[in-house]
Amino acid sequence: MTENVIETHGLRKQFGAKTAVENLSLAVRRGEVFGFLGPNGAGKTTAIKMLLALVAPTAGTGRVLGAPLGHRGTRARLGFLPEHFRFQDWLTGRELLHLHARLLGLSAIEGRTRADTLLARVDLLDAADRLIRTYSKGMMQRVGLAQALLGDPEVVFLDEPTSGLDPLGRFLVRDVIRALRDRGTTVFLNSHLLGEVEATCSRVVFVKEGRVIHDMRVGEATGGFEVGIRSGTLTGEARTAIARLGRVLDDGASSPADSGDSRASLRIAVEVEDRIPEIARTLVERGIPVYEIRVQRKSLETWFLDVMGEDQRPG
Amino acid sequence: MSIGTIARLTLHEALRRRILTAALIAGAAFLALYGLGLHLILKESSTRGNMNLIERRIFLNVMTLAGLYAASLLTVMTAVLLPVDTLSGEISSGVIQTLAVRPIRRRDIVLGKWLGHWTVMCGYFLLLAGGVLTLMSTLAHFTPPGIARGLPLVLLEGTVLLTVSIAGGARLSTVTNGMLAFGLFGLAFIGNWVEQIGTMAGNEAARQVGTAASLIMPGEALWQLAASQMQPSILRDLGASPFSPVSVPTTAMVVWAGAYVVAALALGIRWFGRRAL
Repeated sequence: MTENVIETHGLRKQFGAKTAVENLSLAVRRGEVFGFLGPNGAGKTTAIKMLLALVAPTAGTGRVLGAPLGHRGTRARLGFLPEHFRFQDWLTGRELLHLHARLLGLSAIEGRTRADTLLARVDLLDAADRLIRTYSKGMMQRVGLAQALLGDPEVVFLDEPTSGLDPLGRFLVRDVIRALRDRGTTVFLNSHLLGEVEATCSRVVFVKEGRVIHDMRVGEATGGFEVGIRSGTLTGEARTAIARLGRVLDDGASSPADSGDSRASLRIAVEVEDRIPEIARTLVERGIPVYEIRVQRKSLETWFLDVMGEDQRPG
Repeated sequence: MSIGTIARLTLHEALRRRILTAALIAGAAFLALYGLGLHLILKESSTRGNMNLIERRIFLNVMTLAGLYAASLLTVMTAVLLPVDTLSGEISSGVIQTLAVRPIRRRDIVLGKWLGHWTVMCGYFLLLAGGVLTLMSTLAHFTPPGIARGLPLVLLEGTVLLTVSIAGGARLSTVTNGMLAFGLFGLAFIGNWVEQIGTMAGNEAARQVGTAASLIMPGEALWQLAASQMQPSILRDLGASPFSPVSVPTTAMVVWAGAYVVAALALGIRWFGRRAL
C-alpha cells in the first residue's frame, strides 16, 4: 500500500460567521500529482493554508509527511508557491533564493549552488541580479517556483500557479510538474484551470463550499466515456438493450424526422471501455446497420459541470 | 539562527527602502539647521559679551537639550513609522507566507524584525544625538553632564514606541496601528504637561492624571527623566528651562518601561502566532 503523505480528517475553518472550509477529509499518496479543483471561493486556498499551518483549523486534524500540521522540522521538506506570487520585491531574485536557503538551514555554498541551478532551470539567470520589483508577472512566477523547489521538497504545494500567465508561463509549470512527478515528488495543485489539471494531474478531487464532493483518477477508464452512434432505425427493443449498457444523454429525438432519413443518432455515457464493443454487438446482432461509433473520453470540464451541479454560479 | 536571518533581512530592507533615506535627510537637515543656529547665536553673544560664565553654561545646556529633544522626536517618529507595516503590510500582501512556511518559529519572525528595526533606530538616534553633541562640543566647547545616563533613557523611549508599533502590526491594519502608536505618544505628551502644570499648581488630581498617562505610555516620562539627568542640579532645581521637569519621574518608571517593552513584545508574538496568514 502506498504511503499517504497528506491526510486530513474533518478539517474545518470558520472566519467569523463565514465557513471557508466545511469538512475536509483527504488522503494524498506519495508521488501523486493531486489536483484540488473547485470554483472561486470553494475554500481551496484556505485548505492549502491549513495544510501549511498558515491558518489554524477551527476543527479537525491532519498530518503532512506523518507529522501533525505545522510541525517545524517537517516544513523543511515542503515547498510552497503562494497565489499571486508576492515576495520581498526589494530583493533581487538571487537574494530571495539565498534568503530562503538560509531559512532552510542550507550551507552558504549549497544555497548558492542550488539557487544557480534553479535560476537556470526557470530561465532567470539573466535577471537574477535585478530587483524583483522590476520583474514581469511571469518572472515573479518563475522566481516563486525556484523558491518553492529550493529545499528539494518531498511535497510541493502550488496555489493557482498559472493564473494570469501567458501560455509560456503555463507550459513551464506543466514542465516543472512533470519533472517533479518523474522524480517521485508529490504535488498538490490548486487550480481552476481544468485543461492544466487534466494535462498534469493523476488524481483530482472536486471541492464545493469547503467539502470534497467527488474524487477521481484522471485518464483512467473510471473517468467514463461518451459514445456517439449513427445507425439504421432503432427498434424499441434495441433502444432498451442499449440503454441498459449506459446512460442515454441524447436519444436523437430532436433530430429532424422529416428529412426522410431512416438513420438514428444517439449519445450515451458509459463508465467502462468494455461497454463500447457491447453496444456495437447489440446493434449488429439485431441486423441494424452501424455507420459510425465515436468515442470520446469525458473531459474534466464535463465532469466539473456535472459534479458541481447546475446551481453553480461563477464565484 | 533564524532570528539573525530575519534581523539581517530587516536591516537590508531598511537600507533599500526610501523611508530610511527620508529619515536620514530629515536628520541631516535638522543637524545643519541646528549647527547654523548655534553658530549664529554664539557669534552674536561673543560680540556682545553679555553672558557671564554661569549664564553661558545654562544657555548651552538648554540648547543641547533642545537639540536632543528634537533628535528624540525624530527618533520616535522613525521608531513608529519604520516598522509600522512590517507585519501588517506583509500579512495583507501575502509576502509573509513564504517566510512563515519555512522551518522557523513565528516568534523568530517577530523577534528578528524587532531586532533589525531596533538596530536601525539606535543607529539613527546615535547619529542624531552624536551630531548634536559634536556640534555643541566643536562650536561651543561644551558637553552636558549625565549623557551616559540620559541617552540610554531616550533610546528606551524609542524602544517602547518601536515595540508598540511592531506588536500592533501583528493584529491591526497599518493605518490603525500607526494611529494607535502616535495616539499613545500624544496621550503621554499631554498627560505629562498636565502632570507638570498640576505639580506647579499643587493640584494632586492633575498630577495623578499625568502619572496614569505615563503608565499607559511611558515615552514622554522617559524623556523627562533623561532631560533631568543631562542638566546640572542647579538648573533642575530652579526649573529654569522648558526641559527642567518640576515632577521628575522616579527610576521605577524605567523598570515599568522595561516591563512594558517585554509585555508588548510578548503580546505581539502571541497575536502573530495565532494570526491567519
